[in-house]
Amino acid sequence: MDLFEYQGRDLFERHGLPVLGGGVAETPQEARSIAERLGGKVVVKAQVKVGGRGKAGGVKLADGADEAQARATDILGMDIKGHTVHKVMLAETADIKEEYYFSYLLDRANRTFLCIASVAGGMEIETVAEEDPDRVAKIAIDASKGVDEAKAREIVTAAQFPAEVADHVVDIAVKLWQAFVAEDATLVEVNPLAKVGDGRVLCLDAKITLDENASFRHPDHEALVDQSAVDPLEQAAKAKNLNYVKLDGEVGIIGNGAGLVMSTLDVVAYAGEKHGNVKPANFLDIGGGASAQVMANGLEIVLGDPAVKSVFVNVFGGITACDEVANGIVQALALLGERGESVTKPLVVRLDGNNAEAGRAILDGANNPLVERVDTMDGAADRAAELAAAGK
Amino acid sequence: MAIWLTKDSKVIVQGMTGSEGSKHTRRMLAAGTNVVGGVNPRKAGTTVDFDGTALPVFASVGEAVKETGADVSVIFVPPAFTKSAVIEAIDAEIPLAVVITEGVPVQDSAAFWAYNIAQGEKTRIIGPNCPGIASPGASNAGIIPADITPAGRIGLVSKSGTLTYQLMYELRDIGFSTCVGIGGDPIIGTTHIDALRAFQDDPETDAIVMIGEIGGDAEERAAEFIKANVTKPVVGYIAGFTAPPGKTMGHAGAIISGSAGTADAKKVALEAAGVKVGKTPSETARLMREVMS
Repeated sequence: MDLFEYQGRDLFERHGLPVLGGGVAETPQEARSIAERLGGKVVVKAQVKVGGRGKAGGVKLADGADEAQARATDILGMDIKGHTVHKVMLAETADIKEEYYFSYLLDRANRTFLCIASVAGGMEIETVAEEDPDRVAKIAIDASKGVDEAKAREIVTAAQFPAEVADHVVDIAVKLWQAFVAEDATLVEVNPLAKVGDGRVLCLDAKITLDENASFRHPDHEALVDQSAVDPLEQAAKAKNLNYVKLDGEVGIIGNGAGLVMSTLDVVAYAGEKHGNVKPANFLDIGGGASAQVMANGLEIVLGDPAVKSVFVNVFGGITACDEVANGIVQALALLGERGESVTKPLVVRLDGNNAEAGRAILDGANNPLVERVDTMDGAADRAAELAAAGK
Repeated sequence: MAIWLTKDSKVIVQGMTGSEGSKHTRRMLAAGTNVVGGVNPRKAGTTVDFDGTALPVFASVGEAVKETGADVSVIFVPPAFTKSAVIEAIDAEIPLAVVITEGVPVQDSAAFWAYNIAQGEKTRIIGPNCPGIASPGASNAGIIPADITPAGRIGLVSKSGTLTYQLMYELRDIGFSTCVGIGGDPIIGTTHIDALRAFQDDPETDAIVMIGEIGGDAEERAAEFIKANVTKPVVGYIAGFTAPPGKTMGHAGAIISGSAGTADAKKVALEAAGVKVGKTPSETARLMREVMS
């Protein structure tokens, strides 16, 4: 889960990192009262989870509460690369003398963590790494040792931070690592880390990604979820413990296992090229060992998407039993019918593996005109795409 | 003889008394796996009956290894306890630990991996978030269904469980030496490269299927390795060509970040290393069929 900058700022503050005073506003009036509290000049920053907001006009200076309110009015509701601005952060301004870059992140290739630090901050670190690689230090962190003062000194030396800020940066490096570990982050990025007029070093931006697998030990992280960005279907699926991602096509997809479902999306997209360019409408993984109830829940979610014109159920039963899947399909259709929701979208089902024969027999026995059985994954994908194109 | 898991492997199950652990212990036994016991400190000294096979429960992996000579542990404990379970297996110096558990915090995986390195890497870790390893007809450590395919001479390494089953099914007439599910998490123990190296050295493997998916650069690194070290034919498949950037597709590691981790980049890298890459699972099976004919 990626955090907004203001959430990152708050989190940094809680972990004792030096940040500027600030607050978040959803309306120009709220922005005004925060600006009054902060006093003097403030910066008004669009809160979007995408880079390049400054260039897009999403970051403005304001002198006093009147101007802050006016700038917030301009920025709230703006569209930045497809992200609507619902919130602005107001923060004190600083007399920036130098801008640096500092981050900790997951290093998948080396199965550990990495520190990236540079005295060339304030711009995309990828750009610096391309144009001036000598100014980007990458230091591996031993996951079992972490970052203590000695390790922090090693980082500061490797990145060639100026002597007058070295002690400040060492302190920040240690605290930032503590925050990274304590919050189960997979990325904390400070860009810029800035030296300001009075000699202090401050974290002026915060980009944080938290590990959702660790949410069981962070009940407070739930409050950080951006409800406005959550798709209602994704929310309904999550409530039923289903792994669902909304996409923008017309063929609903249900399968078991993340890899097979991803593969199913691809095969349907290829088939769609021959059938009016229809595309997958979603990713839905019912997981291993799914019961009839889980299958029924999945089908209900996918059929609830008005963009869906046909559904492809693609199951290779490993642990999952195909007869359970078939029962789930039959039950879900009956349930929706009883509720008076007429199901008109055709279903194409491919079952292989564990209890496939029994599953196919159940579907054949139910004899529902909406349900069509196809024996191969490619054939079924083609048929589902064809039906979706016809239903468009 | 297959790789890493043979009919002589002695398997213990950490979490054998839990619901998943007991279900899959029964399946592993039914597949002919030599399961010799389980670990649960609260039930140490008891036995559990699996359709007539009574398996002892030990207090620790160390005790189980000492009493049974076990050389493989399959781990089915919940995510919150996985780190300590793996560390216990490492401390017992068991040669192979297969971590099935899904949803392990990545800092925990990084921690047990670092610990394994510090202890001299005496334990091969497969997973977490994986279906395990199966050598058809010989032994089965994990949740891969044992009846999909008989033994044969194809080796398979994959990030995905169900795609493993799909390819095993499509090529069941040829058969497999060993199938390894390495898991879909950002940090995993055994990599594609480890499996490729082992298959290259295995006299009972003639060709290799490698299945990858979006996220990270493991497939690109595997391609480099193949170019330099693998002389046996390799056929590849990558899932997620149509996945949108920035969205996690089921597996915690399956996410395209910026321009990195795309299926296209992986396909290009593999093809540059001489690997034939199928567009779909069925095309991948067809390519392997051509190789084996």
